[in-house]
Amino acid sequence: MPTLTLASARSPFRDEFAEELAIRPLHSGDIHASFQFRTVWGVDLLQATDPRFLRYAILPREIVCTENLTPWKKLLPCGSKAGLAVLLKSEKLFHSSYFSQAVHIRPVCQGMHCTVPSWEMRQTLNVVFDLYTSGQGKREWSMFKIKIYVDVTDSPQGELFELSPPTPLLSQAVVLGDRRTYSVYDLTDPGTFGKVRSLNLLVRWKADNGDMLRPLLHGERYVAGFGLQTGEIHTLIYNNHPYRAFPVLLLETVPWYLRLYIHTLTVTSKNRENKPSYIHYQPSKDRLRPHLLEMLVQLPPNSVTEVTVQFERALLKWTEYPPDPNHGFYVGSSVLSALVPSLVAMDTNITQEHPLFSSFFLCKEESSYFMRVYTEPLLVNLPTPDFSMPYNVICLTCTVVAVGYGSFYNLLTRTFQVEEPSQSLAKRLANVIRRWRGVPQL
Amino acid sequence: TTVTGTRGRSAAVAIAALVIAAGIPLWWKTTETYRAWLPAARISELEALQLELRVEVEVVFARGTLSPEQQKKVPASRITYESCCKSKSLCLVEADHALHTLTETSCGSVVIYIIPEASALLPQDMRVYVGRSRTALLRSQVASVVGAGLPEVLAALDPQMEQVLQTMSFNHQDVTAALTDRLRPGLSTRDSLADSMRAFKSSPGYEITFSLLNPDPKHHQLHWDVEAALDAYIYPLLHKMAPVANFSVDSQILYYAVLGVNPRYDASASAYTLSADSLAHVINPVEARLGSNAASSNPVLNFLLYVPDSLHSPLIIRNDQKQEVASNAFHSPRWGGIMVYNVDGAYGNDTQFPVDIAIDMSRVMGVFLSQLRLMLGFQQTGAPPGFVLEAAGREGVAEWELDRLLWSRSVENVATASASITSLAQLLDQIANIVINDNIAQQVASAVTALQAAVAELEAGNLALALEHSREAISASERAFFDPSLLHLLYFPDDQKFAIYIPLFLPMCVPILLSLLKIFREVQQHRAEKRAKRD
Repeated sequence: MPTLTLASARSPFRDEFAEELAIRPLHSGDIHASFQFRTVWGVDLLQATDPRFLRYAILPREIVCTENLTPWKKLLPCGSKAGLAVLLKSEKLFHSSYFSQAVHIRPVCQGMHCTVPSWEMRQTLNVVFDLYTSGQGKREWSMFKIKIYVDVTDSPQGELFELSPPTPLLSQAVVLGDRRTYSVYDLTDPGTFGKVRSLNLLVRWKADNGDMLRPLLHGERYVAGFGLQTGEIHTLIYNNHPYRAFPVLLLETVPWYLRLYIHTLTVTSKNRENKPSYIHYQPSKDRLRPHLLEMLVQLPPNSVTEVTVQFERALLKWTEYPPDPNHGFYVGSSVLSALVPSLVAMDTNITQEHPLFSSFFLCKEESSYFMRVYTEPLLVNLPTPDFSMPYNVICLTCTVVAVGYGSFYNLLTRTFQVEEPSQSLAKRLANVIRRWRGVPQL
Repeated sequence: TTVTGTRGRSAAVAIAALVIAAGIPLWWKTTETYRAWLPAARISELEALQLELRVEVEVVFARGTLSPEQQKKVPASRITYESCCKSKSLCLVEADHALHTLTETSCGSVVIYIIPEASALLPQDMRVYVGRSRTALLRSQVASVVGAGLPEVLAALDPQMEQVLQTMSFNHQDVTAALTDRLRPGLSTRDSLADSMRAFKSSPGYEITFSLLNPDPKHHQLHWDVEAALDAYIYPLLHKMAPVANFSVDSQILYYAVLGVNPRYDASASAYTLSADSLAHVINPVEARLGSNAASSNPVLNFLLYVPDSLHSPLIIRNDQKQEVASNAFHSPRWGGIMVYNVDGAYGNDTQFPVDIAIDMSRVMGVFLSQLRLMLGFQQTGAPPGFVLEAAGREGVAEWELDRLLWSRSVENVATASASITSLAQLLDQIANIVINDNIAQQVASAVTALQAAVAELEAGNLALALEHSREAISASERAFFDPSLLHLLYFPDDQKFAIYIPLFLPMCVPILLSLLKIFREVQQHRAEKRAKRD
């Protein structure tokens, strides 16, 4: 019977909680805010994790709203009553261009020797506030009322935007292979607040130019073809590194009702065929298991790699169709995982204080970092039969059978009776003419 | 023409015969819904179920209670007990323990030891002593009169023994309280009604959650060693109750959890008070944060430990008579209990906040254990005058108390299971179009078998087996009743059926009927002509 306590007297390692907010002003005037919350428990929740029991599941479409945010906030130890979670107001958060929330639970090692495994839960919330919906068109954004990091790499001398109140604390961290500079506001230090008891952070944009660095790895996915019988799934993987090639692992899970033809699987980069170095394919079973396709593809530098596979749409049983007003069927996104080479050497000293957002994926190698990208989900239509047809067919066949039976019955039971033959109309007319002519009648 | 006429007539008759003899049964058979066979006769027997409960009682007469000729008439005699009761300096508990080791008592049975009136084992005003494990000592008040036969002695002891049995096993109120689902209201007394409304209904499993509410983490840093406390106090009781239900226990700490009411400051007691009528509003705002296991549908018992914040310390609860409640706790029927733990005495005004405070779990667990006992169905109704009930030992519950609970649970399970089975059978009877799968029929059959077995075991007095069978019966009947295939009503209304059959059957049947009519008229005519010829 498991018990969960936040202060366990038996383990030498106490439970910990840390929270952080990183703000990055973008060139377009939008603000990207990332909240990170990390809870570490000093107990071993599951005695062993067996990698044979790895499961992967995906729900392609879920409309995210306050109903998802509220239970997520309840997982924090103080809920939304204290700490950075007080800033999470659903009216502001859902009036944004981009919203993402996540919970990651995993075992971690404390210290170098990993004697006591402990469990860590990370909750992250990323939101991009649109210039026009939240800032009312003014190029200025403020947030007021722990540690807040503001990314000032793009304007070291204050050319792009101006940050107020100024802070002397600057720290550098390597995030996603790029060394970025941050202005740090430490909320636990009373010196940050000065005379006023609240912190009013103001970002005012000055210049309009400048463009952003494109990410080194990103992907796209779409369905090509026409009609309701066949189609083609295209996955485009972009490698924007100028001179380095690196491998990427592509994981695709396609539901069983899109029957993939794996013999039509082609991978092309720069108009030449690119043979993957490893393919693992598990075929689907109707109504039991989806297709699982895993490939290791080597991406040439500065190129676009296209993975195409043709499919055929299946006809479902009549109880499996959704109600008439429906979007269609959603196919989950594919996952691209890669060790992207970076231009900056990373600090491998784990005991040093790192901001939370940079220590999510730690890796020992100095010149690459791990990245996982999700493509968009797909929306497909399946051929839907006309559900009034069974009744029409019943009526039609019953009528045909009844007509056939009727004539058969007639043949068997018809009786003939002798009757005086009456002359046909032509003969009667002819007799009338003969009478008038005085010739004998027929 | 007569040849064709007869051929036509015989063809028409043959086709009509084929349609009626072979067509209609074939159509009926191929369009009926699959209904597996249910034991309807046994189910209708369940409606008029008569429960008979039998308790095995063993009465042992100590030396000095019976005269020698009465002793000879006692069917079985046991002399080994004498050795342990000889020494006068034995205290009651040791005697009880020694007696317990003598006899092997099965679940549900009671052993009553009759001791002489002059015995020093019981104090003067005590008539009956009920031990920890199904034994009772009864002081005989019938002087051994010479000449009185054994039947008279037994008849004189009857009312006292009945009182003992009613305390230790079950009485009329208990059984009617357990059957409240199926009986008319008004048959049970107020006390037993309160008891039955407080305890949870019988369920295959329960979830117990212990929560520590800390509304003021800035000032109080609380530590509670709940794992050790659960091991010491709660798990022994739950292990003992394993034949009744499965239990799953968890605990949590909630920060910034406030009560729904503002306590008022009482200068006379120099403390904040919660009056009895405001207690009902306390639970609501907290309950939203408590959470529960989403994977199970078992009822949840919540036990909350609230440590008031430094501004509202100390906090005391007042009952209806405006007196302070000693344990500073209250419970809500069928929900759980809340205890208020004051920590204002642990620190002074000028300590550095937050203060580390360790909670005294023994005090807390004592209160929660008594509340848990009430919630699970161990009754609080007091003993009759002159009785002394031994306090429960390490497990928190005596054997005979557990037996009492088992009796009422078995009766309740049997009543609930028979109610679900009979209502399911009625429902399936009424709606003739529901498909009854084989697995539902199997569940119903096993439920009925288990029910009958449970009733038979109750009549025979085997309480443990009866409880097991009644639990099987309940789980099987619930599974049959709530099966999803029964809810998926795969039926067609009658007018739709007619709309489908008419295009086929109408054109087929009309010529047959017309030709049969024609044949009938011809035969009539023929007979009329024959009669006219004869005349």
